[in-house]
Amino acid sequence: MANPNKPKKRHALSTRIWHWVNVLSVSILFMSGLNISNAHPRLYWGDWGFAAEQAWLSVPRFPGWATIPGYYSLASARDWHVVFAWVFALGLLVFMIRAVMNGHFRRDLFTRLADWKPSAIWHDIRQHLKLNFDHGAGKFNFLQKATYGAVIFILLPLMIFTGLVMSPGAEAALPWLAELLGGRQSARSIHFLCAFGLFGFFVVHVVLVLLSNPIKQLHEMITGGEHDEAA
Amino acid sequence: MKRRNFLAAMGAAFVAGCSKIGDSELFGSVVDTAESWHRGIHRALGMGRITMAPEFTRADISPFFRGNGSTNVETPEYAEALAGGFAQWQLAVTGLVDNPLSLSMDDIRALPQRTQITRHDCVEGWSAIGEWTGPQLSAILDMAGVEDGANFAIFHCADKLSGADYYESCDMDDARHPQTIVAHLLNGERLPVINGAPLRMRIERQLGYKHPKYLTGIELVSSLEQVGDGKGGYWEDRAGYQWYAGI
Repeated sequence: MANPNKPKKRHALSTRIWHWVNVLSVSILFMSGLNISNAHPRLYWGDWGFAAEQAWLSVPRFPGWATIPGYYSLASARDWHVVFAWVFALGLLVFMIRAVMNGHFRRDLFTRLADWKPSAIWHDIRQHLKLNFDHGAGKFNFLQKATYGAVIFILLPLMIFTGLVMSPGAEAALPWLAELLGGRQSARSIHFLCAFGLFGFFVVHVVLVLLSNPIKQLHEMITGGEHDEAA
Repeated sequence: MKRRNFLAAMGAAFVAGCSKIGDSELFGSVVDTAESWHRGIHRALGMGRITMAPEFTRADISPFFRGNGSTNVETPEYAEALAGGFAQWQLAVTGLVDNPLSLSMDDIRALPQRTQITRHDCVEGWSAIGEWTGPQLSAILDMAGVEDGANFAIFHCADKLSGADYYESCDMDDARHPQTIVAHLLNGERLPVINGAPLRMRIERQLGYKHPKYLTGIELVSSLEQVGDGKGGYWEDRAGYQWYAGI
């Protein structure tokens, strides 16, 4: 059936801009975050925690080449973090509004109940491991939908909400959010775990792009590419 | 191998570039703008009500309240004051006020008291919970009579860090906030030395470095530029920490 809303481009302009803005802002947030982690490399659960005996994790010290700035400076790292938090949060908000309006979420990301059958998921995983990325109609297969869905609707919003809760000024305005996330130190731990969840996504994403025609994929994420029926 | 060298060089250039941009004046003004947006949205999220830092119960109090930064004042005068139970300690209220004050510890204890169990969040990332008691700063400001044109309260301290006087400041919004108190008790006992004996500010909607210890004076000013190096606090002057520490 012909779809009058069918986009001409494989990737909408808003998606492409958001993608490349995130490459910059999420890299800066992650690397300045590693510098901030070096200021107190221990994680706790609950509302409070300050000593080794309360910590559930002692985080290793991150080396200068992985941090922004490239030397230890909590003040400067926080500057980068609070500036790019705005770029990241407003970018996600605008992308989400556009993706609802242009049907990207409904068309490309939402799964059907039948997709969640273990046998179907297992089939997808086997095909991935064989590096066979051909799949039927629809832009994304189930694993891609589940992964992008988890990143866009769980990890990225959680980064923002846990970040807000760690700010005493924001927490005073939204005390229920801190309670929902289990207290400030829990929010800090979740912030850290989600950051490494995003790092894991980044690694897998880049590896899979490299394994599946990287020049074409990069080109499409810049120009938009053609929208082909069987892709 | 070559590709890996290229990626490492790209990464190093990115970090070096960011470090360089971070030192520029333009980036400084971008940071100031981002900081004031954060402050604006924190206040706006309150939807017109005064936002309050969460308060906890006695069961939530941490078994020990960590001290950080200055944990003592290394002067003979302070040692003598400590030995004498701070009987002679004076808190001066000066600057743009109608009646400059000099309050003794007894004067401070005689004022109406507020007790609050709050969480202290260090900029480094750790938190501790304690019960603080003291008069609201707003009551002291009302006694002194704040003049028009006073935009900030400066907090002067007895301690020095790396040879410079510790001080801090807040705007009148935080100065008059109901949870902003001049604390003289922690968990029902007189303040321990590591936590700022005999007096410490509590400015609960901001990070720990905004809660100056060993308090000797409160000065009302129109602008931050006339105090210290002009950025509103010891860490702000010395290490570039943000003046608004509600983030």
